[in-house]
Formats: sequence, C-alpha cells, structure tokens
Amino acid sequence: MNRREFLAASTLLLPSLGWAQSNERRLLVLIELKGGNDGLNTVVPYADPAYVALRPRLAVARDQVLQLDERCGLHPALALLMPLWQAKELAVVQGVGYAQPNLSHFRSIEIWDTASRSDQYLGDGWLGRALAERPAPASFAADGVVVGGNDMGPLAGTSARTLALADPERFLRQAKLVNPAGVGRNAALKHILKVEADIAGAASHLGSSVRLRTEFPAGPFGNAVRVAAQLAANPAGVAAIRLSLGGFDTHQNQPAIHARLLGELATGIAALRSALIETNRWDSTLVMTYAEFGRRPQENGSMGTDHGTAAPHFVLGGRVRGGLYGDAPRLDALEGGNLRYAVDFRSVYATALRDWWGMDATRALNARFDPLPLVRV
Amino acid sequence: MGREDARHLLARTGFGGRLEEIDRVAALDRRTAVERLLAGTRTEARTPPPQNVDEWIAPRRVRDLSDDERKMFQREQVERGLALKAWWLQEMLVTDSPLTERMTLFWHNHFTSGLQKVRSSALMRQQNVLLRRHALGSFAELLHAAAKDPAMLLYLDSARSRREQPNENFAREVMELFTLGEGHYSERDIREAARAFTGWSIDPDSGSYRWRPFFHDGGEKTVLGATGRMDGDDVIDVLLRQPATAEFVVRKLWREFASPEPDEAEVRRIASVFRDRQYSIRAALRELLLSPAFWAPENRGTLVKSPVELVVGTLRQFDVGVADAAPFALLLRALGQDLFAPPNVKGWPGGEAWISSQTLLSRKQFAERLMRVDEARMVPAMNDAAERPRLQRMLRQVADLRFSAQDWLKPYEGREADLRLVLLALPPSQDPPPVHGMELVRALVADPVYQLK
Repeated sequence: MNRREFLAASTLLLPSLGWAQSNERRLLVLIELKGGNDGLNTVVPYADPAYVALRPRLAVARDQVLQLDERCGLHPALALLMPLWQAKELAVVQGVGYAQPNLSHFRSIEIWDTASRSDQYLGDGWLGRALAERPAPASFAADGVVVGGNDMGPLAGTSARTLALADPERFLRQAKLVNPAGVGRNAALKHILKVEADIAGAASHLGSSVRLRTEFPAGPFGNAVRVAAQLAANPAGVAAIRLSLGGFDTHQNQPAIHARLLGELATGIAALRSALIETNRWDSTLVMTYAEFGRRPQENGSMGTDHGTAAPHFVLGGRVRGGLYGDAPRLDALEGGNLRYAVDFRSVYATALRDWWGMDATRALNARFDPLPLVRV
Repeated sequence: MGREDARHLLARTGFGGRLEEIDRVAALDRRTAVERLLAGTRTEARTPPPQNVDEWIAPRRVRDLSDDERKMFQREQVERGLALKAWWLQEMLVTDSPLTERMTLFWHNHFTSGLQKVRSSALMRQQNVLLRRHALGSFAELLHAAAKDPAMLLYLDSARSRREQPNENFAREVMELFTLGEGHYSERDIREAARAFTGWSIDPDSGSYRWRPFFHDGGEKTVLGATGRMDGDDVIDVLLRQPATAEFVVRKLWREFASPEPDEAEVRRIASVFRDRQYSIRAALRELLLSPAFWAPENRGTLVKSPVELVVGTLRQFDVGVADAAPFALLLRALGQDLFAPPNVKGWPGGEAWISSQTLLSRKQFAERLMRVDEARMVPAMNDAAERPRLQRMLRQVADLRFSAQDWLKPYEGREADLRLVLLALPPSQDPPPVHGMELVRALVADPVYQLK
C-alpha cells in the first residue's frame, strides 16, 4: 500500500475521528491576520543575501532572528511561539498562496474566504459549506462562531448554524429578545430570521462560561482568545471558531507596528494553548492562521511594504506534526516583484477538512487538493 | 401617490417618515415629490461644531510631550473623536434635509477615511464638511477634492509618497473603490498612477494640503492607455473618462436606494445620464428615484437598515429628545457602524452583513429599551459599560431622554392600522399578538421586518 492508497483507505475510517464521536470533538480555530501580513518579516529568510538587499531598512537583523533552521527563523516578537516549535506542535507552511494572485485586499480575502480560484466568484464561505455538508451534532451550540467582529468570513452564507459573539454571558442575557417564527418574504428577511433561529438554538444549549485559571492578554484580541477558550471548554461545544487580528496593512512605519502585532498574536496563541491544555482540549484543537496576502519583498519609500502575494502561515495544536512545510521564498525568482506561491491555500484547508475532521474535502473546496501531512493521527 | 409610496420614499431617501410627513407627501405625485426632495437639500450642517474639535495639532507638538502629557493628550483625542461623532449624529437627528445626511454618509462610506489612522478630529470634520458640500453636486469635483483632502492624504499614505519609491495605496484604492471597480485596471496602471500622485502632501504646521514638487515624479506615465507627463489630477481625469466609473458609482447608489440587485440595463442608462450631465449626482439620483425599479412592489422592504438609519430613524420617528448624542455614537459602534471609523478603506459592507447574531441582539435591545424609556430611565449604550467609568458617567448624564408614549400615540387614536404603515416596510413576519397602544408598538418594533426599509 503506498501513501496515497493508505490515506484513501484511512479516509473510510476517519469519520470516527471527527467531532461526531462524543469524547473526540475536534475543534478548528482560524486566526485571520487582517490587512495582509508581511511574511518575509514573520518567517525571515535571514541567510538569503537577497533579503537584506530588498529591505535595506526593514530587514530583521540576523542576530535578532529566532532560528528555525540554518536558513530561516521567526521575528523576535514571536518568541512565545518558540516553545511550541521546540515541542514540535508548530507547523510553518511557507509560500501559501494561489495562481494569478489578486492584490486587492477585498477581492483576495474573498478568494480565501470562499476558497475560489482567482477568476471564480463564489458566494459562500468554504467553512460554512463544509459545515453545511457535515453539520456538528445537534447538541452543539453552533457549527461555527466568529468571536469579535461581525463579518462572518469563511462562515458566511450557508445553512450552517453560525454566530458572531463577543461575550457569551451578554449573549445569553440578550438572546431572549428573539422569537424566530414567521415568514421570510425576501432574502434580507430570510437572513434575519435565520440569524434569529441560530441565536435561539445556541442560547438553548450554551451553558454559562467555564472559569479558567489561564491569564489572557488585555485588549480585543486577548478577549477574543479568552472567549474562544471558554467556548472550547463549554460542554455544548462548537466545531469551528474564527478569530481575527487587524492592522497588518503596513504600508508605512512597518517595524514598530508589525512587531506589536506579531507580539499580540504570539501572546494570544500562547494563552490559548495554556487554556486549552488546562481544559484538556489542546490535543483536540487545530489552530491555523490565514490572510489575504503577504507583502511585497521590496520595501517601499515610507518604511513600509505594499501588497504582495504568497506568505507563510502557522498551523498549531497538540496533534500537529511540527516543522517546516512548503518551500522557502525564492527571492531570486520574483514575478512582477512578488513571490510565486508554493502551496495552494486550499491544500491547507483540505488538511483541516480531511485529516482533521475526516471528511471529503473535494465538495467544500470544489476541487481536489492534496492535504499537507502535518496532522498526527 | 398614496401613503404606501410616501412611506417608501421617505424611508429610502431619509430616516423614515412620521405619520404627518407621510400624509403630506402622499398628496403629491411621484415626480413632484422627487423634485422637491432633490431641490431642497442643504449643503451645510445646521448643528454648530463642538468646541476644540476643529483644532489642528501639529505632529511636532506631540513629539515633545512627556509620557504623562502624552497619555492626557491621547485621552483628549478620544474625547474629541467622540464629540465629533456626536456632532454628526445630532445633525442627523435634527436636520430638515435628511437626504443630505444620507448622501454625506454614502460618500463617507465611499471616500473612506478613519480616525484610527488619520488621528485628527479636525481633519475628519473638514472631510465631512467637504462631503456634505458636494453631497448632491458634481461627482467629478468631489473626486478631485476628496483625493487631495488632508484626511485622505494621511489615510491612504499619499502624504509621504515620494518619487524614489511611490506608495501604491491611494493609486490602488482610487481605481478599485472610488472609480472603476475591481477588474477594470492592471497592476501596471496602479504602479504608473502611483508615480503621478507623488507630490500631494500636507503641511504639518497647518494640516492643509501642500504641493511638494521635490516628491513628485515628473516623468512620463501610461495609465489606462493615456500617456503623458501626468500629475494626480490628470490621472483622475483619465479615470473620469472611463465609462466604468459612472457605472460603478450608479451601481453603488442603486444598492443604497433601490434594491440589493442592480438591474444592469438600468444602471447603464442612468450612468450615461450621469456622464452627460457632467457627473451631476442630483441628476443620477433623479433618474434612480424615478425608475420603475425604485417603486416596484417586489423591491419594497428588501434593504437592511444601516445602524445609523435604525437608530436615527427610531429616535426621529418616536420624537425622542436627545440632549447629548454621544451615547448613541457608542451604540452605533456596537451595532457595527462607528462613524468616522469605518472598518477599512472599503467601508462598511452593508446589506445582510449588518445583521449578525451580535448586532441583531443589540438592535433589538436598543428598540426594546427605548419603547420603555418613559417607564424606566434608559441606559442606551450596552457594551462594556461596567468596566469603563467614563462611559458610565456619561450614560448617567444621558439618562434624560424625553419621550412620552402617550403623546406620541395620540394621532393614532382610531387609526391603529396606521402603526403598521408607519413602522414596517412590509406586513409583519408574524401576526402581532392581539394587543393595543404601546404594546402593539413594541410588538411591531420587535418584528424582524422593523430592520428593513
């Protein structure tokens, strides 16, 4: 049996690994880095002379880089991710992107959220499609929850049960205001009635929040991480959570802004891990970052970087096979000044759908993509 | 035209109509009503600006501050930002030209800038004044002016873009979001245009626009097939010559006023009038408001009220006296429409995206509490009040909303069926319980249809 056959065979057995089984409820947490994160200063190709040449003022100094191997390393503000790297719980997927990249924030995040091709317009979110096809058990509070913010992103527009939530306690207090009955005469009204039904359904399952010993960082992202940890611990359960951290559109004065954002990200992830270990959920949670694009290798004249293409992303969790995946950025083979991609972003999604949830990823992604071998079974 | 039509026109072009306004407009025919609406629009706010908001603070003054002074300064800036939001909200509550404010908000959501990045209430107010002045005027003039507006120069990084390595931020967004729309230009057009826009900057001492010839790339550029030693205004004229520009703006007006799905044939027709009339916004709106699609029964109640429309509309409908609008500015933030602080350069996505579980619950809570304001003092801003003493202090001050259910209900004596006409764009999604008076009002306002216009 070769690897492909083995995987195909194991797919048949995989449903038992998904959230359907009572004591193995696998959670997927997505973290969006809004604005397009500068990949080259996140996972730094410090040994490549072209890196410093393209970024005379923005390059992270070689002696500051937290080395992952003899070629690349993390930005120093990501120091809190190093324990995960050493524990082999952090996969760094390099060169994630897609063919014919679009450099518009809005079009590109739509491509990522809907898992479309660059020239294809799809209305609904990839995660929503997957959860509509394989809903979480009825006992769950929801299929997917967006914590902090109201844009549903990859969860938008399907029959999946979704919520936007900032504070579960307030949600439960307010939820009695809905009375989801009645007829939807048009699309807008149907949408409102569905939101009401999702609220009522979630409120009837969601118990009060678990108290956690873990301390969470202050600020909106820290709060969102706390709520995510509480939802993960809630007996009612949810299948997927989307968090976001904004401000990565660093056209100007990048060094200080980017360091602060990466620091927030790493602090948040470290707190999330600690809370999930505390509630015994770290081994049943997969965390993935994503963004609309990376940034231009060549720095601009305002101490910043303009819109780019492929970028590295992080996948982490207690069942992740840590290490480097994808290909290191080829600064000597730019295309119109931007990086070529090495890994289609939908392969990362396919990894979550097939190897994490044990479902057939082809339907939700509209095509076949090979998962990355980064989940330990 | 009748009262259903009158309610529709007032809801779509303003903040909704009260019973007496609906009766007045109902007596006119559609064309007369639309002409009157377009003729009588203000170009300046009637609400005086709040103190200190218009003061420009030169960056070097901030650089020399001590840590404590800096903290105090930042607190002051937050207060000024809030005062600015309250000022606009107050104007929307009292204006006799609701269409002006709706269009000013429309342009704020088109030529977006935000306090988060601009960090100056003075520049944001100045931009707001500009948007209002041109709200129904010439789109071409507005585009030229908005592109060089100091808040915009800071928001999209033009102010520091130099010929050596031009910053592409403004060049991209002016094509993608302000004129052509995605797919009508190439990456090369953006790079070339970015060169042309170099040199537009601001004077740090006054905060006003300043031309910096040493920043400007005076060489030849090619944008959308036009070649020459162009500057920023030349590029904007190139963009205005593209048919895609008028169509892009008309499509957006359509989604704001008519229905979620623009009719492409109608869009092309209105766009050609828009261009023929030198980009007169008033002319485009006239065509749109008189088009059969605007009045079509199947398009009634198909648009979701924005948070501003919901909050301002409700306060105006129920004739609630608001001494200080600041708490409602905070409420708007909780509902997803923080004035002067759109989420990003694309602005608020609007439509169904206004309604998430979180915002829907806050919308319902707002209306529910307001309906009980004469029973118990209202605490309008719901979010994180407990953790924030400044907010709490303010909430106590505002608790003094004036609303009398009894007075408000008087005109409806003997015509309770009119409550539905006034409050809902469509029949309720479920039959209201057999109740009367304020109980019935509460039931109608709680119906999901209340979220629609």
